[in-house]
Amino acid sequence: MSLDPLERQTDEGGQELRAQHELVITGGPWPELEGESQTMIINMGPQHPSTHGVLRIMMELDGETVVRAKPVVGYLHTGMEKTGEELTYVQGATNVTRMDYASPLSNELVWSLAVEQLLDVEVPERAVWARMMLVELNRMSSHLLFQASNGMDIGAVSMMLYGWREREETLRLLEMITGLRMNHNFIRPGGIAADLPDGWQDETLRVCDLVEEGIFEYDQLLTANPIWLERMVGVGVITTEQALSLGATGPILRSTGFAWDLRTAQPYLAYEDVDFDVIYTENGDCFDRYRIRLYEIAESVKIVRQCVERMPRGDYRVQDKKVTPPPRARINESMEALIHHFKLFTEGFRVPAGETYTAVESPRGEIGCYLVSDGTGKPARLHIRGPSFYNLGTMPPMMEDRLVADAVAVISSVDPIMGEVDR
Amino acid sequence: MPDDEPREDEHKPEPVADAPSDEVAAALVARFDGAVFHLSHGQPVVYLDRAQWAEAGVFLRDEQQFTMLLDVTAVDHLLDVERLEVAGVSPERYEVVANYLSHPRNRRIRLITEVPADDVVVPSLATTYGSANFAEREVYDLFGVTFDGHPDLERILMPDDWVGHPLRKDDSPARVPVTFKEDPGPR
Repeated sequence: MSLDPLERQTDEGGQELRAQHELVITGGPWPELEGESQTMIINMGPQHPSTHGVLRIMMELDGETVVRAKPVVGYLHTGMEKTGEELTYVQGATNVTRMDYASPLSNELVWSLAVEQLLDVEVPERAVWARMMLVELNRMSSHLLFQASNGMDIGAVSMMLYGWREREETLRLLEMITGLRMNHNFIRPGGIAADLPDGWQDETLRVCDLVEEGIFEYDQLLTANPIWLERMVGVGVITTEQALSLGATGPILRSTGFAWDLRTAQPYLAYEDVDFDVIYTENGDCFDRYRIRLYEIAESVKIVRQCVERMPRGDYRVQDKKVTPPPRARINESMEALIHHFKLFTEGFRVPAGETYTAVESPRGEIGCYLVSDGTGKPARLHIRGPSFYNLGTMPPMMEDRLVADAVAVISSVDPIMGEVDR
Repeated sequence: MPDDEPREDEHKPEPVADAPSDEVAAALVARFDGAVFHLSHGQPVVYLDRAQWAEAGVFLRDEQQFTMLLDVTAVDHLLDVERLEVAGVSPERYEVVANYLSHPRNRRIRLITEVPADDVVVPSLATTYGSANFAEREVYDLFGVTFDGHPDLERILMPDDWVGHPLRKDDSPARVPVTFKEDPGPR
């Protein structure tokens, strides 16, 4: 057994590679392919590196043009809504915080607000402001993560390093305040888990300065960069009508020129009392979604600075003994306090029968919590309206009739978090 | 309190349907026969017959400026210890819930329809609102509610060959039969 000879000696003594059969290329168009269908269906994902986890997109391609696209989800389905029915209202925050893992505090916030609405409790001022500061810090870290991964997807690999650098600082700050970098379980029904630690003001202001410097750098690096513009401008365009019909919220809706932000439209927490702008642009393309998220970081820094300045004093959780565990020091000296603490963390508290839908603006759009109670200590139904789940629906109109290379930019600019899509 | 005075909880008045305090809810109640308004923690809710489900979606979009269908979900009330009673609504096992949002009027409304356990079918909203496409697939997947007129009703979160609907209260995928090979049997 031997391979056919590929090379022969040339006159000069060097070697020349030559195929056995001569291929004659005359130029001109390629011959028409035979058969009826000239399109091809390929799967992008679920292991593709630019699909943000385990998103799979079925694409029908005509050459390099996407004819149809269909997102396929469910690869990260872990039955969190079912799990939520088995956990008490005290434990519930540990469950919902793992849905949108890039902005866990928004999930905890919407859960806590829903439970508080069913219980008819009002949390103290300090808890309200602390929650607002925390979710804004989380919005910063989430959008910084977007800047990093978006840069990576488009090909600006150095952005990956810069974005993670600033995100790391915000996560360190969150760790200092809540004890954990992610999945904090810090915003709980009735307030927050602990008071803000000593020295949080200085640390928060330091991180605010760092992030502001950082986004100035990103702006210098990317916004006028011709390669960046080439990849982003006019790519993945969506109209306001399409976004509304598909239930898209957050930066996607705002990029189409529709200035809708729940923080100003239907204010919750203390957003009425702070000064910030809703960022929106007109073109609805990938570049606009990048710009919106970049400028929203600056707005969040503005809100956090106001929170540091105006943080009220007082209790950080509601003094309703049905909801709030006794102070740690009391447990050492009082039997009743120990029993109270034990009952609250084993059985939890009962919530009157009822149903409610609560919504807040997460970094990705409107996150809602539909909560049904049947009068026991565990919810009868917990449903989270994940903004990413509906935002995914905008991918087909953004991708269709565009090149397959633009699909990567589109996926990245929608910024889906699959934990929240599949729950 | 003297012993012969009637205790308050023995004389519960018959629940009466609330008069709609919300203008959209009032329009819905006026338009659709048998629609019941309920104020749930300050949020307007309208209970509808499921035959009117799709028509109500068109009504909200075309005549009431409800620009977005935020969410469609369902609830299984099979094992409820206690259930929210709404006067004028005859409770069934399933409830399908739709949350609407009007951007121009800056208001929300929630529609709920009761679905009996023996005929789990609801008209689809997917032709009116694109967002219902994924949401109804999720409800179908997890609750087994069939949406009549949905263009592409198939499982979305669970594998295609999955048997059962996991969020139904009587679904128990964990109860996989286990064979103990070395079971010594009764002594």
